[in-house]
Amino acid sequence: MSGSDGMTNVLWLQGASCGGCTMSILESGASGWFDELRQFGINLLWHPSVSEETGEEAVEVLQSVLDGEVRLDLLLLEGSVARGPNDTGRFNMLAGTNRSVYRWMLDLAPCADYVVAVGSCAAYGGVPAAGSNPTDAVGLQFEGADRGGALGPGFRSRLGLPVINVAGCAPHPGWMMETILALTTKDVATTDLDSYGRPKFVADHLAHHGCSRNEFYEFKASAETMSERGCLMEHLGCKATQAVGDCNQRSWNGGGSCTKGGYACIACTSPGFERRA
Amino acid sequence: MTRITIGPFNRVEGDLEVRLDVEGGRVMRAEVTAPLYRGFEQILEGRPVLDALVLAPRICGICSVSQSVSAATALRHAMAIEAAPNGLLATNIAHAAENAADHLTHFYIFFMPDFAREAYAPHAWHEAARERFAATRGSASRDALPARARLLETMGIIAGKWPHSLAFQPGGTTRAIDLGSRVRLLSIIAAFRSFLETIVFADTLENVLALTTADELDAWRDGRGGDFAHFLRIADSLSLTDLGRGTGLLMSYGAYEGVDGTLFPRGLFGPSAMIEPLPVKQISEDVSHAWMRDLSTDPAQSSTIPDPDKAEAYSWCKAPRLSGQPIEVGAIARQTVAGQPLITDLVTRNGTNVRSRVVARLIETARLALAMEQWTRALRLSEPFCNASREAPDGSHVGLVEAARGSLGHWMAVRNGKLERYQIIAPTTWNFSPRDSSDVGGPLEQALVGTDVGDAGPRSVAIQHIVRSFDPCMVCTAH
Repeated sequence: MSGSDGMTNVLWLQGASCGGCTMSILESGASGWFDELRQFGINLLWHPSVSEETGEEAVEVLQSVLDGEVRLDLLLLEGSVARGPNDTGRFNMLAGTNRSVYRWMLDLAPCADYVVAVGSCAAYGGVPAAGSNPTDAVGLQFEGADRGGALGPGFRSRLGLPVINVAGCAPHPGWMMETILALTTKDVATTDLDSYGRPKFVADHLAHHGCSRNEFYEFKASAETMSERGCLMEHLGCKATQAVGDCNQRSWNGGGSCTKGGYACIACTSPGFERRA
Repeated sequence: MTRITIGPFNRVEGDLEVRLDVEGGRVMRAEVTAPLYRGFEQILEGRPVLDALVLAPRICGICSVSQSVSAATALRHAMAIEAAPNGLLATNIAHAAENAADHLTHFYIFFMPDFAREAYAPHAWHEAARERFAATRGSASRDALPARARLLETMGIIAGKWPHSLAFQPGGTTRAIDLGSRVRLLSIIAAFRSFLETIVFADTLENVLALTTADELDAWRDGRGGDFAHFLRIADSLSLTDLGRGTGLLMSYGAYEGVDGTLFPRGLFGPSAMIEPLPVKQISEDVSHAWMRDLSTDPAQSSTIPDPDKAEAYSWCKAPRLSGQPIEVGAIARQTVAGQPLITDLVTRNGTNVRSRVVARLIETARLALAMEQWTRALRLSEPFCNASREAPDGSHVGLVEAARGSLGHWMAVRNGKLERYQIIAPTTWNFSPRDSSDVGGPLEQALVGTDVGDAGPRSVAIQHIVRSFDPCMVCTAH
């Protein structure tokens, strides 16, 4: 556990986000996510969807972190960093503060022991960066597959790590919680991350591994439409043989996965997936 | 006159800024700002038509299925195909599960925690409210979050995962449900019903839905356990019926399409207290107070181009209007238009308000639990779930659905197999719209006027209740 009081202080912010990562993590924990956090000594300093503090009460929490009055163990961002227009961040202001989420992240990230990008938007830019990228959306430390992003390629959090990228759209609740919990015991080193900053315990697998359609793949028995039996790669463009993630080794929502659902993997854990959907 | 700014406004989906002009402790004027713009309509332009099914759901993590169904419906019209009847049923089951899960999330995670605030410590009911509903600490979340997760297991069966699925196609759904899967669905729905009957209502769904008047609801509440009655006692102690009154115009696009029409009908509830046909062609979007260029007021003809330095503008949200009027949408509008007896009685007596909006959501949740069971039993397991898609010829089409928070529309123009234009009007675009060119505010802006904030200023709990009673989804609002 972090800190002298044995608690781990976690601050969760949302940028140019759909909120889906939060919706996913709220599925975690047999007696609910809040109980699970407590069981691991995690103190949620503030979370936009669930905390009591609102308005100036919430701003006081953020300011106390900036002022060094409250220790920040984990800083998590859900959603991309919208830098536009013209690097002002005005496409995504933190309400009531007259400051953009972009500026808040630049100030808060150096205060944190670890910085976690929750979801492919915060990691690489994600869906808001699709097409013409109207808001100049980037990830915290990547712009698509290129290092850089809002915090820059050289950023390291207080304990010397780059941004940890829990990619996925939305990520499995387990990917997020296991990363958070591993960080509470400081069990993550740079060598535990792949070249795109993803935890290897997820990224060392492919979505293809464990796919219930693997026999169809082996025998090139291909489905022609999404609802058919058969491998989804040849005619439907399934990306599961290239996409990292243990998607088909876990159960999603009690037993599903994209390929079990009858549709092709779109490699949502990969930088730039939104450009070639 | 004092100006108060409230933000970040949390326990809503996304972020929100509310500015109030206060005189003598009373709100004289309100401005509501959607502080996030991502540009989905710009992103979708020029993409192959089927990309709408990948990108549009990602507007929103809490009503992703609604966004999928809206896009798939517009594409179905564009392709001039029919959906497989099983596909409509499976879509309805998943869509109802999402909407019911959203109602639970709103009640337990977003709305009720405000009654645990210290500001209410003098009230006799405060200690029990704090124990049950305090944000992240209350005992209710240990019941509600696992029940929500179990309900969302319908998605593992029908949609692969949630949020953000590609299972919802123009011709139906991609996963054929077999006998084992049907039984698993019935088991999940039975567990949901059990949660509602023991934890939420402390009564059978049939008894709850047999309540037809405000007086019957009051009599039912007395001495009853469960979180709904708990809310009703607090609401009556605080006179929440008098708080956040709506403007009176309510609409529904109609919800849960079947072979023989929709479960909840399409219509408009107006000052005559009659249900009238909905003039969909009279929907327009005004950008006089939005940081957007003025291109066309017709969503079928318009595009979205930001204008961040526009004078007079204060939100990324456009102002949708029906025949020039702001409209309130949501479960209360849907159930009023559907003629649900209890909600109709509440709205006829006291309009929409903080209390009746919450009641409508929970009554609708009870109706959805029963409907999900019927749809699941109606699946014909030997028949297809998805008809093939076709090329979409050039043309303009619209997909109108009801998300948890109200009416959601996708207007798309197809040209050469690509999306030439794409316009989205989401529920909270309606409810939290800025002013229009006649200086008429949106439903929330009007509902806030006249609220007594006393000496609390930006910490007024009344403002929190009014805003959250609409269950805003700010990520959808400007998208």
